[in-house]
Amino acid sequence: MSNHAVLAEKFIADEARTDWHDQTLWWIRQKRDKSAKSLPEWEQLREWASQIKNHTLSNLDNYLVEFEERAQANGVTVHWASNADEHNEIVYNIIRDNQGSRVVKSKSMLTEECHLNTYLGQKGIQVVDTDLGERIVQLRKEPPSHIVLPAIHLKKQDVAETFHKYLHTEKENADPGYLAGAARRHLREKFIEADIAITGVNFAVAETGAIVVCTNEGNADMGVHAANVHIACMGFEKLIPHTKHLAVFLRLLARSATGQEITTYSSHYVRPGIGRQMHIVIVDNGRSRQLGTPDFRNSLKCIRCAACFNTCPVYRRSGGYSYHTAVAGPIGSILNPNLDPEKYADLPFASTLCGSCSNVCPVKIDIHSQLLKWRQVIVSKGYVANSKKNGMKLVAFILSKPGIYRFCGSMLRFTMRWFPFTVKNRLNPWYRQREMPEAPPQSFHDWYKKRKKVEHKR
Amino acid sequence: MTVGLFIPCYIDQLYPSAGIASLQLLEKLGCEVVFPLQQTCCGQPMANSGFAGLSKGCSRNFIMNFSKCDHIVAPSGSCVLHIREHLEDEKYTSEATHIRENIFELTEYLTDILQVEKIDASFPYVVGLHTGCHGQRGLQLSSMSELAVPAFSKPEKLLSMVRGLQLRKPERPDECCGFGGTFCVFEEAVSVKMGKDRVSEHMANEVEYITSADISCLMHMEGILKRQKKMVKTIHIAEILNAG
Repeated sequence: MSNHAVLAEKFIADEARTDWHDQTLWWIRQKRDKSAKSLPEWEQLREWASQIKNHTLSNLDNYLVEFEERAQANGVTVHWASNADEHNEIVYNIIRDNQGSRVVKSKSMLTEECHLNTYLGQKGIQVVDTDLGERIVQLRKEPPSHIVLPAIHLKKQDVAETFHKYLHTEKENADPGYLAGAARRHLREKFIEADIAITGVNFAVAETGAIVVCTNEGNADMGVHAANVHIACMGFEKLIPHTKHLAVFLRLLARSATGQEITTYSSHYVRPGIGRQMHIVIVDNGRSRQLGTPDFRNSLKCIRCAACFNTCPVYRRSGGYSYHTAVAGPIGSILNPNLDPEKYADLPFASTLCGSCSNVCPVKIDIHSQLLKWRQVIVSKGYVANSKKNGMKLVAFILSKPGIYRFCGSMLRFTMRWFPFTVKNRLNPWYRQREMPEAPPQSFHDWYKKRKKVEHKR
Repeated sequence: MTVGLFIPCYIDQLYPSAGIASLQLLEKLGCEVVFPLQQTCCGQPMANSGFAGLSKGCSRNFIMNFSKCDHIVAPSGSCVLHIREHLEDEKYTSEATHIRENIFELTEYLTDILQVEKIDASFPYVVGLHTGCHGQRGLQLSSMSELAVPAFSKPEKLLSMVRGLQLRKPERPDECCGFGGTFCVFEEAVSVKMGKDRVSEHMANEVEYITSADISCLMHMEGILKRQKKMVKTIHIAEILNAG
């Protein structure tokens, strides 16, 4: 099975590219720092955002009903999906009922989570992703490797190659302006033809029934304005109680994501245009289970800014695909085990628990603490190799018995000193790229006892 | 006031000099230090690997050794963080609480409890400071680059008192070295890459030593430096503060 460690090793095999990936994302982390620190009230904003989300999650039943009522009063059709299959089916039925065939979609991690494009493809409906990064990876038949920067694993030369193949741009012309122009012309055609526009949702406001979608490219608006039917897909945790709360979240979101003060477009969709339709699909897909688990519920505060990706020293050096899931990075490592603890058993271990993720999180999710807690859950469910389990049992036994610990310690040092080949070999993963520490002839304990003896004699 | 010295298992076995320096330093500063002889490990290796249930034996042994000490001091941010956040025992709840509330990492103890303003130490070398994540983000030994808060650093303040020492900080001041406990072997590729990147930032500063309040980080970087046949050495902060 390909787990994070194996996939990461493949990524790192190209060290120059790994360095480039690391430096690019670190640059975004630095932009985030600069932007955050330019606001004296930054830490206060994070605290407010956290409290608003905590409050909302604690009163979700009321806010969801309120949101549905207001949205319906605005002329919006609200749908409820308990899982990914239901979500996909609802979206398909809306498309079918409207005889839709040309679908454009702006960025929505929920639809990635539900594998909507694959599902609709099987039904004969092709979806065009209109976010530039998403379109690039879609042409390459790849999934996004980052939730905000879907094509961050690619260099401009890679994009030039892809566009040459699919959009017939000049061979090896990697000028960003030229490539963006080609993408714009290509996507304009898709927008004009579109009869269905799917969008994600960044925030759903309970008091008004409106949704807010944030993009830098205006692609959500292009789609919605051109098509007669708008389908907005959201996980139920996207809710916030009041419009005024956007004053907190919109300031945090873009600064955390890219270091921008605000996204270029923060579009409020309230009601369908005359003669048009607007649908909102509200999805659970494991979220209520997460909500019912006290240790992990506050992961639902996430606003998908990806600041934790950009700061994560592991993500930066292992790439999005090493997480083998739609939402990678530290937040993905605490969300995915809830969806399938066996399939994603490796993810909570793909971290050094350095804690940087929790510090950049604009809604103060204790990501690194939850990683540690998920490790306990994964082990208690038995999704861990027997060799690791038995090794741990042995280590735990030795370390809990002082006499045995000291004996084993001296044996270890003796072996390391006199039979170094037993540890200095390719079977020892430490030794592959690192020298072993030099074993001293005596332990601190030995030294201390000798010192005591000397003192005693005096 | 007795200070119980906790020398974590890997320091006891592989880096006794850091333990010796810690003991001598505390004694120099006037502390009455005891080293309970039956101590072993804090239990973190099991807990961080998802086997918190298996660390009960270590927890009990830790309590048996240290419950009588007024303060407990250890030259390892990571182990102290584990005890402070996770030490529990069904039978000895009050003892566990006492220990959790009175265990300190060495530089934290020197700064906050002993309030050291002067250290008689000399270390005439160019030194790079590695900030261990558990000490920094867990114990808050220094301010964190992610947060919009005033900057401070307990280890740096202590190092500034050492004669002749030239401190140089890496470009990314608090990026993880990649040790991460069992992460260093189960995620060997990422772990080593992270370590190589840390080491090269220090190399760019032309340091002679890399120091830290955590030996686990140093052990990892030392392994990489030696494999790359570099002249840069690693040294625990206690050994610098106790030097000369």
